[in-house]
Amino acid sequence: MQTTRSEFFQGLKHGLPIGLGYFAVSFSLGITARNVGLNAVQGLFLSLLNNASAGEYAGLEAIRTQAPLVELVLLILIANARYFLMSCALSQRLSPTLPWYHRMLIGFDITDELFGIGVTHPYPTPPSYMYGAFLTTIPMWAAGTALGVVAGNVLPAVVVTALSAAIYGMFIAVIIPPAREDKALLVLILISFGVSWGASLLPLLSGLSESLRIIILTLVISAAAALLRPVKEEEVR
Amino acid sequence: MNTSPWTYILVMAAVSYAIRVLPVTLIRRQIKNRFVRSLFYYLPYVTLSVMTVPAIFSIAEDPACGAVGLVAAILTAWFTRNLFLSACGACLAVLAAALLL
Repeated sequence: MQTTRSEFFQGLKHGLPIGLGYFAVSFSLGITARNVGLNAVQGLFLSLLNNASAGEYAGLEAIRTQAPLVELVLLILIANARYFLMSCALSQRLSPTLPWYHRMLIGFDITDELFGIGVTHPYPTPPSYMYGAFLTTIPMWAAGTALGVVAGNVLPAVVVTALSAAIYGMFIAVIIPPAREDKALLVLILISFGVSWGASLLPLLSGLSESLRIIILTLVISAAAALLRPVKEEEVR
Repeated sequence: MNTSPWTYILVMAAVSYAIRVLPVTLIRRQIKNRFVRSLFYYLPYVTLSVMTVPAIFSIAEDPACGAVGLVAAILTAWFTRNLFLSACGACLAVLAAALLL
């Protein structure tokens, strides 16, 4: 059992590379925000309050087209629905005695990567670990967006293209290391790649929006994996 | 009259927060059901995989750029287990591919 203090510093340390990756990704988000007409302060708060790459892109598109607010709500619900699932999963990694206010703070920043390090922390994940990780990621994500609004247009297009690969590099870095230990995960990841790519080509499924397709595929593939290869108790711990 | 970007930002923030905070706050007990536990175990791997492919293929006009970035990310993640290096690996590979291909 580690102390609260050492858990906090561990979180800071694990958050740092995520924060650097966030900075690169949110910089390209800031360029989009600029094109939509947002200023740097609006870009800062957009990222500070939302902490979501796909969700923020969807929101910027809604701002650009002046979509009705009802449509915005639906769009964000769909774009961020995976965080609902991640929040359910993370609830199982916290101590059952953890008070509600800690849960409400942890819930604020359930992102793909922070969820990834939160669920892979040995059970139970302490709040101090998550707060440490928040401290090195949230400011980077917000600052990157603001800077993208201010300085985005000085970069050549090819550099912006390259920067947009950063988020996928981060996704891969969350899922691949555990797959080295558990070959079933490696197989699952490769199947997911294949099915997702195939689904984007099928006439029926490719007609769905990107975020809806992600939700459907996530639930179907995960449920199939859970049925075909239910985990043993020790794997979940 | 145009709706202010601030209105959009605040509505987005409220929805994003609600969706994230409700399950983690309300589900207090350990779920015993083996299927649900397995589902939660596999879920992050599947969702991040389907978010990466095929989206990564459309970051540049030539899908090969994204493919090169994907391979670079997998190799750096496999051997270094480091998130920042993996993100850098993907960016540098895409940059090289976009300049050369």
